[in-house]
Amino acid sequence: MIAIEAEGLRKRFGNVEALKGVSFRVKRGEIFGFLGPNGAGKTTTVRILTGILKPDSGKARINGYDIIEETLKAKQSIGVLPEVSNAYPDLTAWQNIMLIASLYGMRRREAETRANELLKEFGIHERKDAKVRGFSKGMKQRLMLCMALISDPEIIFLDEPTSGLDVQSARMIREKVLEIANERKTVFLTSHNMDEVNLLCDRVAIINKGKIVTVDTPERLKSRVGGNVAIEVSFGGKAELNLENVERFGDKHVIYTTNPYKTICEVVDFARKSGVEIVSINTRTPTLEDAFLKLLEMER
Amino acid sequence: MKCFAIAKKDIVMYYLKGPVVIFGILLPLFLFLAFWIGRNLSLNFLITGLISMTVFFASTSVSPVIAPWEGQMRTLERLLACPISTTTIVFGDVLASITFGIGISLVPLLLALCFGLMFNLIIILGIILAAFCFSCLGLLFSSYPTNLPSTVMMISSMIRFPLIFISGIFIPIQKLPAWGKTISMLSPLTYFTDIARISFGMSPFLPIYIDFIALAGFSVVFLVLSIKLHERALLSRL
Repeated sequence: MIAIEAEGLRKRFGNVEALKGVSFRVKRGEIFGFLGPNGAGKTTTVRILTGILKPDSGKARINGYDIIEETLKAKQSIGVLPEVSNAYPDLTAWQNIMLIASLYGMRRREAETRANELLKEFGIHERKDAKVRGFSKGMKQRLMLCMALISDPEIIFLDEPTSGLDVQSARMIREKVLEIANERKTVFLTSHNMDEVNLLCDRVAIINKGKIVTVDTPERLKSRVGGNVAIEVSFGGKAELNLENVERFGDKHVIYTTNPYKTICEVVDFARKSGVEIVSINTRTPTLEDAFLKLLEMER
Repeated sequence: MKCFAIAKKDIVMYYLKGPVVIFGILLPLFLFLAFWIGRNLSLNFLITGLISMTVFFASTSVSPVIAPWEGQMRTLERLLACPISTTTIVFGDVLASITFGIGISLVPLLLALCFGLMFNLIIILGIILAAFCFSCLGLLFSSYPTNLPSTVMMISSMIRFPLIFISGIFIPIQKLPAWGKTISMLSPLTYFTDIARISFGMSPFLPIYIDFIALAGFSVVFLVLSIKLHERALLSRL
């Protein structure tokens, strides 16, 4: 069963074409990662899928509802944690949650029970009657997540949920995301944190310049980098390593290879012939970040 | 009703602030005193003018800046992601503004009672309709697509202050020249001031039913325009 379906979404702002025919499908119960560099069209896509913006053309269905024709029904089945959004600072945490519960048409008793559960789960129940103005960034974000989850939605959109958070809050949110997916609910996760996406997501879409570059599982994306193993080597002096599939990051060279033994020998030979010292050499599997950068590079 | 939740949020967030409440009473009171002192005007005339100004200023005081504030505080996107329409948001804002307008207008009404003035209870109906009409006007001011409350306040003040001078509050419309009377018909405040004067037993400028019809007409126009313009403006605030 499909939870989110985008088909040929296009959106233009003045002379800028933000989306150039974005299409993808998210299955029910999936944690779907949505990656892309700044200005790639991530926020515009999320705003269209959450019914905030209307596309110029194309269609989107959320939980079976057309987001343009049946906007309110579609919105009723989603919870949203927008990237650039705040709770009302002069309302208490409780008032903020109850406001959202009212806007979702929840019954008071049901809303109160769920609000109490969520506030306790996210560790802010003791501060429920305090104004949000005095909350730390982590507490505000946890409250925003409570607000997104109050209606017990089938689909949850999380836009940069752990950005700039302390370790404890970030971990709490990640654990909750996994728990939500275990309940066969769908999570649409936008993040710049590759480790987070790698850890949480079943599939990942990469968007660049308003177009979907690819949609695949994190492991398959990583295997596309050009080798099964990444060898990371740092030389003591200036050195230009001339091997296939090599990239330079600061003082390190990263070589992607399917034959690590042969590549290490080549690196050692190079160091011996060039007279440079090897400061460190490590082998690791390519990360999602490697795959992300490689795929964007191929798009250029 | 989802618009009640919006209205409750507006009242707690924006209206129930000491300065807003005090300003809602003080501004009309100072204007009233400025025109009272040194002039030989009847108490009925002055109190009805004060009631008109209070309802007008209270109902248009905060509603113009709610949308820009929400844009600036970045609370708007969260609101727009909820299963509510722009109409619900506008109705909620109007409802909060009406509540504030009616609440503040009780002060000059109580003042009238303290002075021993008698009035017809039709004024209550007039206050409710006027608060609705002026709240919609306030929402119309806020449809200008900016997140700067100061810009909206400037636009609002440029329209609100001239209106009080052409609406028969300080000079009875009957004493205005023909062109002045024509201009005064363009102000919704004229009709409420007339209702207030009639309620306090003064001679009417227009039949009272015309005043009510005109106020209702202005309300519908302001409300429809507000909803249409806010539908366009809200997204530009994100």
